[in-house]
Amino acid sequence: MILHNLKRLFVLSFLVALGETAWADYALNIPVGPTETSRVIYGFHMYAIWVCVGIAVVVFGVMFYSIINHRKSKNPVPATFHENTTLEIVWTVIPVLILIGLAVPATKALIRIEDTSDAEMTIKITGYQWKWHYEYPEEGIQFFSSLDEASNRARQLGSDIDPKTVPNYLLEVDHPLVVPVNTKIRFLITAADVIHAWWVPAFGWKKDAIPGFMNAAWVEIEKPGVYRGQCAELCGRDHGYMPIVVKAVTKEEYRDWVAQWKQEHAVRQAEEAQWSMETAMKRGKEIYNTHCVSCHQVDGSGVPGTFPALAGSTVVTGDVDGVIEVVLEGKGAMPAFGKDENIGDADLAAVITYVRNAFGNQVGDVVKPDNIADVR
Amino acid sequence: MATVADTHGAEHEHGPAKGILRWITTTNHKDIGTLYLTFAMIMFLVGGAMALIIRAELYQPGLQLVDPHFFNQMTTLHALIMVFGAVMPAFAGFANWMIPPMIGAPDMALPRMNNWSFWILPFAAVLLSATLFMDGGAIASGWTLYPPLVLQFGDALPFTIFSVHLLGISSILASINIIVTIFNLRAPGLTMMKMPMFCWTWLITAFLLILVMPVLAGAVTMLLFDKFFDTSFFDAAGGGDPVLFQHLFWFFGHPEVYIIILPAFGIVSQIIPTFSRKPLFGKNSMIFATAVIGFLSFIVWAHHQFTVGMPVPAELYFMYATMLIAVPTGVKVFNWLATMWKGSLTFETPMLHALGFLVLFVFGGFTGIMMSQAPADLYYHDNYFIVAHFHYTLVGGGVFAIFAGLFYWLPKWTGTMYDEKLGKLHFWLSFLGFNLLFMPQHFLGLAGMPRRIPDYAVQFTEFNQMSSVGAFIFGFTQLLLVYIVYKCVKGEGEKASGEVWEGAKSHGLEWNLPSPMPYHHSFEGVDIQKAVADE
Repeated sequence: MILHNLKRLFVLSFLVALGETAWADYALNIPVGPTETSRVIYGFHMYAIWVCVGIAVVVFGVMFYSIINHRKSKNPVPATFHENTTLEIVWTVIPVLILIGLAVPATKALIRIEDTSDAEMTIKITGYQWKWHYEYPEEGIQFFSSLDEASNRARQLGSDIDPKTVPNYLLEVDHPLVVPVNTKIRFLITAADVIHAWWVPAFGWKKDAIPGFMNAAWVEIEKPGVYRGQCAELCGRDHGYMPIVVKAVTKEEYRDWVAQWKQEHAVRQAEEAQWSMETAMKRGKEIYNTHCVSCHQVDGSGVPGTFPALAGSTVVTGDVDGVIEVVLEGKGAMPAFGKDENIGDADLAAVITYVRNAFGNQVGDVVKPDNIADVR
Repeated sequence: MATVADTHGAEHEHGPAKGILRWITTTNHKDIGTLYLTFAMIMFLVGGAMALIIRAELYQPGLQLVDPHFFNQMTTLHALIMVFGAVMPAFAGFANWMIPPMIGAPDMALPRMNNWSFWILPFAAVLLSATLFMDGGAIASGWTLYPPLVLQFGDALPFTIFSVHLLGISSILASINIIVTIFNLRAPGLTMMKMPMFCWTWLITAFLLILVMPVLAGAVTMLLFDKFFDTSFFDAAGGGDPVLFQHLFWFFGHPEVYIIILPAFGIVSQIIPTFSRKPLFGKNSMIFATAVIGFLSFIVWAHHQFTVGMPVPAELYFMYATMLIAVPTGVKVFNWLATMWKGSLTFETPMLHALGFLVLFVFGGFTGIMMSQAPADLYYHDNYFIVAHFHYTLVGGGVFAIFAGLFYWLPKWTGTMYDEKLGKLHFWLSFLGFNLLFMPQHFLGLAGMPRRIPDYAVQFTEFNQMSSVGAFIFGFTQLLLVYIVYKCVKGEGEKASGEVWEGAKSHGLEWNLPSPMPYHHSFEGVDIQKAVADE
């Protein structure tokens, strides 16, 4: 405790010296999260730190004793010894014993953390450049989760929006992952394009999401709450902008959420069955904000020299089959969205309708899912 | 030269050739050492400038200066340039300058190849840097070059890979030269076990390089095939595995970090005895520990991959093997402490840097032990804690040892003492700047900040600001180093004696030579037999 306060004092005095006024919620250490695993990892981390502190006291103690007392002014005639077999055996054996002391609990902890058996439910996580896709196979629920609009506006180069005014800057998403507490949940983790890593610090572990392979991990959250994290494996331009938000709720609230999601989904399907300009544009905007916005930007202006503008583009407003082909097959850095099983023809039709009729583009036509199927 | 008349003596009266051709055509180990060190210094400043761009962008949340894609190019090139352009060539420079005089040899064994192994480097560096100006910029995958991400980059990819090939060839040639020199050109009576630690650590490093560079070259060539010739080594859709690349990369990459740190151990093992006025403690166990570290470096690589989803037994194996490295490393640290113990210490700039090395490297070793613990590494992996860790070992360890060696041998090379006051100032600014730069990154990592992000959540602001201020202090201090070296090379300063440091003659053959050493035959007029016997 005293040590902790000393550290705070040190940091605060430094910040005062810098003339900085906002140090509201910085943290120094691993958070103790709402899961047993997190507590195990935290405990292990602290144990390792104290072992190291112990060794440090000895090593640096000897070193500074020598620096102070064996300097030439105090000890003008150096000793001449240059070996001592007993001593050398001692300082080889003691570290081995210390390491065994670390290895035994580490082995137990690791075996426990990696044991994903007996899960009560499963969620499939797929990493995308640069968003997450969550699927609840038992419930038939699936959705994408990407950076929320407020953060996305503020994070643009030269946006002039102070990140401190954005709630949960870079750690907020449009659709959080909702999970029940006190349930052993197995995550199946994979990726669609490049390697990502799913990491919520409060849960302790992280796991790589590797295209073509399925990794497993688990949590059992004890306290309802919102837990935030980020992608932890460099995955391209917007690696820093694909946060993870997990909303842990009681089992009852979770059941309500599932029911509500299904109901909303049904309503939406009914709406979209009629496929009007209005519904296509509404859904298209959502799809655009999930899949297209990080390159083509909110206003369709793109990034000059890297990502082409959609606003005013003759390709986008030209022959519809041409546009569909580009979206299905991809082009240059643009992924082939037609190959992604998590994006259906209705999604593609909606987003193509959207780009042809937004940002000042005014083609006026409504693309239907059938149009997509025809081009396929 | 039709006769076999001995024109030998007369032929070597002349000094170095004049003009730029001296440097292009030189086969002299001292000139080539200077070339390596000059090149390393330039690349150190280039890579450092990139680091300052990174730290400037990270000074506050939000994007102020650069696009995220350019930020990623900077992190990639910073690492590649620092590892392959600055640190490794610097150690090769020390090897060229010091191995021959330390073992009583007139030059390196293969002088023409020596010229070639250096002159490949500038071309490789230009190729690599030029990718910044290509369509889409340099590759932005991090120096680890993981597929599939790295395969998304365009023109820069083949150039980067070719550059890596060239760097590898250069390293292998230099290694062969060092091994041949050490095995064949030692003065009579200078047995292997009598050889100085610096030569020993470089000998083992050279073997590591020859063993792992081809693995890296193979792995990046497979990338090239996946990109251009439709193979699927790393693509699951074609039956490959992206993680295979990680195994190959780290089979190179882990020994690579020892390639950087072993010569640093060697330099420090020369300096601490000199300024303690005592022989190195436990030299035999030092040699053995170095060899063990070299061996262990080959069997621990997957501790960089605890989160990729390996089977538990594999994770356990790599955890235990990694922990073992602490034992020989501990032996080395204890031996240095025992060397200082009851010595007669003075604290000239080389010794300050050597002690700075010891403090920072041991600290980096502690975080290393923490990260070897697989369960805790699931948290530390790919966050700022690891960034702090490897900078403590590679900069606090590697670069501080380079500083130490530079100040230690500079008077021997130039015949002039460097400015001791400025030298000490350089040490203290570097040491304080370094700690201000990297210490806060431990806390950032523990608090949950991932690495390689251009922008961060606002609770990480304070420590990032401290880190950035430290970065600029550390970075600009290096301009002072350039000035100190420039002054010394110009001959502005006291004349250095042959021994340079009090009592140094008993700590290495090189101190029996005049300062500066004769351009051609270092040992002309010196009784090597007597010098070897005296040691």
